[in-house]
Amino acid sequence: MFSLLQQAVEVVSDTGTHVEAANQEAAIAAEHAADADLVIVAGDHTVAATENAAGMPQLNPEYFGNLIFWLLVTLAVLYWVLSKVALPRIGSVISDRQGVITGDLMQAEEYKKKAKDAEAAYDKALSDARAEAGKIVTAQKADIQKELDEAIAKADAEIAARTAESEKRIGAIRESAAVDARSVARDVTAELVRRFGGTADDAAIDAAVDARLKGAF
Amino acid sequence: MEQLGQYLGAGLACIGMAGAAIGVGNVAGNYLSGALRNPSAAASQTATLFIGMAFAEALGIFSFLVALLLLFAV
Amino acid sequence: MATETEAETGLAFHPMDQFMVKPIFGDGPVHWYTPTNATMWFAITLLAVIALLVFGTRGRAVIPSRVQSIAEMTYGMVYKMLEDICGKEGVKYFPYVMTLFCFIVFANYLALIPMSFSTTSHIAVTAVLAMFVFIGVTVLGFVKNGMHFLELFWVKSAPLALRPVLAVIEVISYCVRPVSHSIRLAGNVMAGHAVIKVFAAFAAVLWIAPLAILGIIGVYALEMMVCIIQAYVFTILTCVYLKDALHPAH
Repeated sequence: MFSLLQQAVEVVSDTGTHVEAANQEAAIAAEHAADADLVIVAGDHTVAATENAAGMPQLNPEYFGNLIFWLLVTLAVLYWVLSKVALPRIGSVISDRQGVITGDLMQAEEYKKKAKDAEAAYDKALSDARAEAGKIVTAQKADIQKELDEAIAKADAEIAARTAESEKRIGAIRESAAVDARSVARDVTAELVRRFGGTADDAAIDAAVDARLKGAF
Repeated sequence: MEQLGQYLGAGLACIGMAGAAIGVGNVAGNYLSGALRNPSAAASQTATLFIGMAFAEALGIFSFLVALLLLFAV
Repeated sequence: MATETEAETGLAFHPMDQFMVKPIFGDGPVHWYTPTNATMWFAITLLAVIALLVFGTRGRAVIPSRVQSIAEMTYGMVYKMLEDICGKEGVKYFPYVMTLFCFIVFANYLALIPMSFSTTSHIAVTAVLAMFVFIGVTVLGFVKNGMHFLELFWVKSAPLALRPVLAVIEVISYCVRPVSHSIRLAGNVMAGHAVIKVFAAFAAVLWIAPLAILGIIGVYALEMMVCIIQAYVFTILTCVYLKDALHPAH
């Protein structure tokens, strides 16, 4: 197995020497022919080796012109296509999408605002209703109070009137009572005086009765 | 004799790739330890990581190139 | 002995043959205008990009189809990268950056198809891509900033005595940019393909075949990652260089 690897290396060296053989004089090529005898497979690889003359194709100046020319063509076409067609299109698609997203977001924002407005309106209506109710309650209360006050005032007035009337009547009664009492007292006094035999002087009797009744009324 | 020199030279040139390997490992390892300390800053530094790796790796590629040149182009 | 001969034929290493440019028609020499396999794969790359970015988006749907969302993700990624690094002024150069990114990604991935030709493994190709960026950035820098562009090399934050030395270093590193920019891409792609080819050669030997096939799978998976990473890196470095041209005083 080791011999396999060794021979492989020889194949490589074979190609290597062939590179030189191609570049150098015939004498070296002849010398090389002796080497080639060592390798069992000569045919294919000698062809490959001559084809492979440059060793590294990357350094073969023969290819440069071709590669560079076609690269320039490719780059020019690619640049043209990208800058004229592809990139503006992708850019517009992306900005369109951005626009749609922003629009949707704005709409959502609007809806949110609307919802907020509705909520505010509802709150306002609620507080208005509350205030109204409060107002009605106070108004009602005031009305009732007023009525109550009126009623109380009326009742007070009536009571006062009645009291005054009663007072008047009591006064009148008292007056008449006093008059009655005086006349009764005078009459009694006059009778008494007459019975006792005296002559009743009206003026004196009046004065005496008045003097006695002064303290009573 | 000349070929022997070529092969030796190519093989020696490949040692350079070990340096590149150390360099790339260094970059990645330091990135990782930094990223573990501060994971929030890690994502913003991936570009720097790749640039660093590419710079380190390029030198290994140069030595590989030298080896190839010795093997095939000299 | 017969099997051994077979094995030997199988074990012939030609990892570089896959990169050879051959005319599609006939067997003549390769002139600059000859349609070659490179031409064919350039064309396939072109068609693939157009298929994704033009035909994939022809619906212009607000709710995208799968292909359209891939196209939009690619667009968004490159756009964001450019905007993050270069700012608003960089957006003007977006088509060019996008062209580079799409071309490299598709060329890299199409090259992973067995029997295909990997255009981006050729240093001539990547050098043209990198030189476009280099020359474009340099010209743009001088047009936009005039002689102020040279302040890029005059590090103001360094002590005065060091500045000339730093300026020389900065100029050298500025001029080496296209070299590393192009060789990084070509080298990565070429290396991966060559390694796969070497494993493939080993796969012809019976007793290492399973290992070799596993190796091919592993390298292939790595290459899938490298393809996108290298395209990403190429693009992001383009953005970084562009930023230097737009705002030379850091």
